[in-house]
Amino acid sequence: MGKSFLIDTTRCMACRGCQVACKQWHGLPAEKTENSGSYQNPADLSFDTYKLVRMKEETVDSRLRWLFFPEQCRHCLEPPCRDEAGDPSAIFSDDRTGAVIYTIQTRNLDADAIREACPYNIPRAAKDGTLAKCDMCIDRVENGLLPACVETCPTGAMNFGERDEILALAKKRLTEARKKFPKAVLIDPDDVRVIYLTAFDPALYYENAMADAGRFDMSRKMALRRMARPVSRGLSRMLRL
Amino acid sequence: MTNHWIDIKNSDCILIMGSNAAENHPISFKYVTEAMQRGATLISVDPRFTRTSSKADIYAPLRSGTDIAFLGGMIKYILDNDLYFRQYVAWYTNAPFLVKDSYAFRDGLFSGYDPKTRKYDKSQWGFQLDDRGNPKMDRSLKDPRCVFQLLKKHFSRYTTRVVSQVTGTPESDLIEIYKTYAATGAKGKAGTIMYAMGWTQHTVGVQNIRAMSIIQLLLGNMGVAGGGVNALRGESNVQGSTDHCLLWHIWPGYLKTPRASNTDLAAYNKKWTPVSHDPMSANWWQNYPKYAVSLLKSFFGDKATAENEFGYQWLPKVDDGKTYSWMDIFDQMYRGTIKGFFAWGQNPACSGANAVKTRMALEKLDWLVNVNIFDNETGSFWRAPGVDPAKIKTEVFMLPAAVSVEKEGSITNSGRWMQWRYQGPAPMGDSRPDGDIIMELGARLKALYEKGGTFPEPIVNLKWDYLTAGKYDPHKVAREINGYFLRDVTVKGKTFKKGTLVPSFAFLQADGSTSSGNWLYCNSYTEKGNMAARRSPKDAVNKIGLYPEFAWCWPVNRRIIYNRASVDLKGQPWDQEQWVIKFVGEHKDGKWTTKKWIGDVPDGGWYPMENPDGSKRSDSRYPFIMRKYGHGQIYGPGRADGPFPEHYEPLECPVSKNLLSAQLTNPTAVTYDTDEDTYNTCDPKYPIVGTTYRVSEHWQTGVMSRNQPWLLELQPQVFVEMSEELASLKGIKNGQRVRVSSSRGALEATAVVTPRLRPLKIEGTTVHLVGLPWHFGWTMPKSGAEKSANLLTPSAGDPNTRIPETKAFMVNVSRL
Repeated sequence: MGKSFLIDTTRCMACRGCQVACKQWHGLPAEKTENSGSYQNPADLSFDTYKLVRMKEETVDSRLRWLFFPEQCRHCLEPPCRDEAGDPSAIFSDDRTGAVIYTIQTRNLDADAIREACPYNIPRAAKDGTLAKCDMCIDRVENGLLPACVETCPTGAMNFGERDEILALAKKRLTEARKKFPKAVLIDPDDVRVIYLTAFDPALYYENAMADAGRFDMSRKMALRRMARPVSRGLSRMLRL
Repeated sequence: MTNHWIDIKNSDCILIMGSNAAENHPISFKYVTEAMQRGATLISVDPRFTRTSSKADIYAPLRSGTDIAFLGGMIKYILDNDLYFRQYVAWYTNAPFLVKDSYAFRDGLFSGYDPKTRKYDKSQWGFQLDDRGNPKMDRSLKDPRCVFQLLKKHFSRYTTRVVSQVTGTPESDLIEIYKTYAATGAKGKAGTIMYAMGWTQHTVGVQNIRAMSIIQLLLGNMGVAGGGVNALRGESNVQGSTDHCLLWHIWPGYLKTPRASNTDLAAYNKKWTPVSHDPMSANWWQNYPKYAVSLLKSFFGDKATAENEFGYQWLPKVDDGKTYSWMDIFDQMYRGTIKGFFAWGQNPACSGANAVKTRMALEKLDWLVNVNIFDNETGSFWRAPGVDPAKIKTEVFMLPAAVSVEKEGSITNSGRWMQWRYQGPAPMGDSRPDGDIIMELGARLKALYEKGGTFPEPIVNLKWDYLTAGKYDPHKVAREINGYFLRDVTVKGKTFKKGTLVPSFAFLQADGSTSSGNWLYCNSYTEKGNMAARRSPKDAVNKIGLYPEFAWCWPVNRRIIYNRASVDLKGQPWDQEQWVIKFVGEHKDGKWTTKKWIGDVPDGGWYPMENPDGSKRSDSRYPFIMRKYGHGQIYGPGRADGPFPEHYEPLECPVSKNLLSAQLTNPTAVTYDTDEDTYNTCDPKYPIVGTTYRVSEHWQTGVMSRNQPWLLELQPQVFVEMSEELASLKGIKNGQRVRVSSSRGALEATAVVTPRLRPLKIEGTTVHLVGLPWHFGWTMPKSGAEKSANLLTPSAGDPNTRIPETKAFMVNVSRL
């Protein structure tokens, strides 16, 4: 069963406590940023930024909305990145929590291919090719603590727990949210461990909020094919060089 | 806050106006969210669509500085539609009081105005008194001279049409908000207001709050769960610093700083102790001398005796009619009359209005001591960009201070909760806790004065015994603040031993037998222990989130003040579900026979005003016990600028006339007249309304947050937010660096072009508004390019508080 998150964007006010808590717990350096005409910063996820509150101003049904999307790895149930890698010493799913974990060995993978495999465009590479992303604060979770981003959230936008409890909470929150927002949805709840609840069409929040239709099925097939011929991956990297 | 943070969850309608709680008080949104889950409506009124607005059910814009027009319209709406809580208004507020015939209001001016002094003769606004000296009342609220009728008349001009023309808020938005909020006037419903510097920092700041207080009294929202008037304080311990009165005009516990005309202690006590002849008025301030003498005993210990007026003459007196506030200090410094200055845990070069003037003032000093955890723009003003250090005479000292988590002690939050904190890590390097710095400074001064000097008594006689093993001891200070019995005494039938802690302020004495560093905090650290350190998660019997054994709250652990207004005349709660207190005494033959309240600590434990059979009791008291006449003040004759709020334009405004009267700006507003003090209204060079604010990611002038790389990553640069319309008018693109200027100063900022700001229709013309955060300064980030928005703001202020008007002023924006 493992663990899951519910990220209820109807309760998110973009204080970005989660974004800072993530950096603090992981000891990640600050990036040198600039204001590009938006509060959102850094501009994108990176090797040093696993969590990013994306912000968009949208007029929905003739009313201005400021949409916040606290983005992180979705910890897919069947992660295409893992299947693409085909190397459990680099990318594996943790048995107990279901966390998708990247190790230092990711530096030997084809970073572009891994990134390409992700339905949500999450992993980011360092200069040496090592990949990084949210690790579910597995060290905290293993020790009975909540992930840092969940611990810091004041409003109940970030939730974490056993998958069945989170699924039940997601359903309950969806029912509540629909009273105010009839178009509210849960994003890909059957495929991922990080389930978003949005008040409006997820595409309004961020282009990669939702996986492309059929992406999981396709990547599963692809993964099977690739796992059957692990050598060709090395070969293709060589050819690219 | 009259209520407290957790209590927000009990509200049925939350108005966030003059604050941006989601961004600046994010934890409050835990309780806002909880209230909304229970069905509460959230209203956000702000010139800018903010992160708060993003969560609101209703959002409306208004032009910065027009809040009284907005709220005045609501008062009129409530009165016109009979939506006020009649019984509450008639019995608990001063609406029935009759006002003297000398009170009048004509075209923007109240009676008694002297244009030469720019002051009012407030005696003209008093109440009609009966032969015992009590205000005459008409509880039917019909007398044409009663406050209720005068209120109606005063706000009759505030039609939604005119209000909309002044504020720029669409009329339909006004009506929707008025209707939604006024619905909390129903019995059992509660509306709350969360406000902050968006209301206070105006030349009409106090009257903004007064206008909302009137609304809360009309709707019966004071004293109830989920109601109140709630100031969200700008720092975690601003409430504590206010209570301990780190301000020029008050002493700890809101006692008055003596005036030169208060020539001795008797005269001082007489001047500031109100007298009521109404046996139903508790008139709590009648105890003033007990608190004043206990404070003097705390200052001077054994040296304070009845013979020497407990040391009263050793304390400085302020000149009558003179003011010594923040802006006055920097005005005097600029004029060269102040020679030395301690900037302690603050950064005036960025935080004060008119930073250009402030920085020039610092150059006039002989010495400056900067006590802070980082260097800042104040400590380094002499090497700021464009300043030649060789030309600065000021000698600057830096004292590195320990940060909050490195110290033990208390903070008092906005909800008046005094919370004890233990020490985390030890202070780094040579940094020291503020308490140690102050103790050593005091000890050195005492040693110097013991050798002689002018008027050494205040320093030499100061009791200064707060060290344990050579270190500042916060427990000793906390006990001193609570107060001691200084000899064996019997009070109210109880005997107390010399040296024991006073259990509550009801036991303080005016004869020198007790001490208390702050009467309001008497009860916080008693023989039972340090009340602020309590951490019980147990709620009170009414289960509304009072948590009476978690920390401690002034006064006497009362979590919701004015709570006797939350019950009817028989002591039974208006709201049966979320009640605050309830009278549960026994009764016989229709009369109460025993006294017992449950729930919160009641505002005085007297019997209710009525017996179960409806007969009145003479041993009761009116609920607003801190007011001389015991009633909530719809009419406030003590204010400098009028007994009712009135809309005046900001001192710098985009309009040449005030649609509500002939008086354009507050006739009593504070202004200064040095070369650096300029004010520009309807000046084509500065046609855009400017405002300043804070963001979640930074703190105050940014000294703590700009030096924190993770926070600087989130908000790396000063920005100026503007509408798409203004940007296109000026040819400005989103993300471009632009110049923002006022007649006082200018800075560069990154343009954030956004639909969250929109032009407003004011009196038929289009008015643009821009806003900047004031968190930045040249020392960090290292580029030196991110400067303080207070370079733009004027030294203009409210006549009651002298707070600067940094929320509405005039600027221009241009491409670089």
